[in-house]
Amino acid sequence: MSQEILDGLAVIVNEVAGVPVEDVQSDKSFVDDLDIDSLSMVEVVMAAEDKWGVKIPDSEVKNLKTVGDAVAYIAANQ
Amino acid sequence: MTAVITPSSGMAHGRLMAVAAYRPARIVTNEEMCQRIDSTDEWIRDRSGIVERRYAAPDESVADMATTAATEAIARAGIDPADVGMVMLATVTHPYQTPSAAAEVAFRIGATTAAAMDIAAACAGFSYGVEIANSLVRCGSARYVVLVGVEKLSDWIDPNDRSTAFLFADGAGAVVIGPSDVPAIGPVVWGSDGGQLDAITMTQSLIDYKLNGGTVFPSLEMKGQQVFRWAVGDVARVAERALAAAGVSAEDLDAFIPHQANMRITDAMVRSLKLPDHVPVARDIAYTGNTSAASIPLAMQAMLDAGEIPHGGTALIIGFGAGLVFSAQVVTLP
Repeated sequence: MSQEILDGLAVIVNEVAGVPVEDVQSDKSFVDDLDIDSLSMVEVVMAAEDKWGVKIPDSEVKNLKTVGDAVAYIAANQ
Repeated sequence: MTAVITPSSGMAHGRLMAVAAYRPARIVTNEEMCQRIDSTDEWIRDRSGIVERRYAAPDESVADMATTAATEAIARAGIDPADVGMVMLATVTHPYQTPSAAAEVAFRIGATTAAAMDIAAACAGFSYGVEIANSLVRCGSARYVVLVGVEKLSDWIDPNDRSTAFLFADGAGAVVIGPSDVPAIGPVVWGSDGGQLDAITMTQSLIDYKLNGGTVFPSLEMKGQQVFRWAVGDVARVAERALAAAGVSAEDLDAFIPHQANMRITDAMVRSLKLPDHVPVARDIAYTGNTSAASIPLAMQAMLDAGEIPHGGTALIIGFGAGLVFSAQVVTLP
């Protein structure tokens, strides 16, 4: 389940920011490792909301530091 | 008794007859912006796509800029200013509560019998104005309408606010809208969401400033991520609805001219709309900045004059901004 979300998220991050799919790993920080800035993060979040039918409010986005944080949030709120 | 009232009767359709622009002379670089904010040229380009913007001179007013653009638009349309029935200024930066800037501009351009009013619909003001002008022509209230999107946002920014100061700029874009034998302005898709009043607003009202003896003049403030999410999500759907309402597919477009809010918003909208690669996209923000109501006609003029898009071609325009308000329609380019 989590692997499926991770794989899907990697595709989204690639489409939004051009980051190679294989670089998108659970322990990677969106900002520090993948160079995803705040606006790109909003796009990633919106695409994730569409794909998995979750709501990720702006107040929650700042807590999603790593790819793993995002995968866990999506899995828990799906 | 109830008298029989003769109704107005207008023209079958309206169209954009001409577009013209006024860009202030003074170029403000990112380096100059960074003298007041803790930022860099690279950061500003990366977050907004803005390379430079233009500021009006201190003694150059909203009405001055609008008069120059409107005079050129009337000349390009080949009409007599005396035949203009309405002058509308889409602006939120005219520094008088009353009288309107439109009344001054109408007088100065020689539209001496025209009605005149300002429209306060922020960055959606030009698209709102196109719909109002089209309606006036079609119902016979005016044969020709001069519509100017004009802003002097440099007066209303906080030059020390690193999240917004570099975005906003000054300029004017004017169109003449008049009768057409064929449909040339599609159905508008517009609306507002006052539930997000605080997404883009002023730091305080002018009355609060007066009563509180404030030392900091009211300025624009914006919740960037909230606006970005709204623009890329809800507003992109508005663009799709405007295409559907006009019966035009994205494949058929000769131009996509969104309000020049931020290059990142434009890029994300293009992705969200799955706009075909062959459709030219307005990116005037790079050298003009975000000029709110002026941005769509400024971009339209630049693309037409550069030969990037064809006269008589089909364009999707969409405005969105403080309110929140939004408005889109498909138009035939002048």
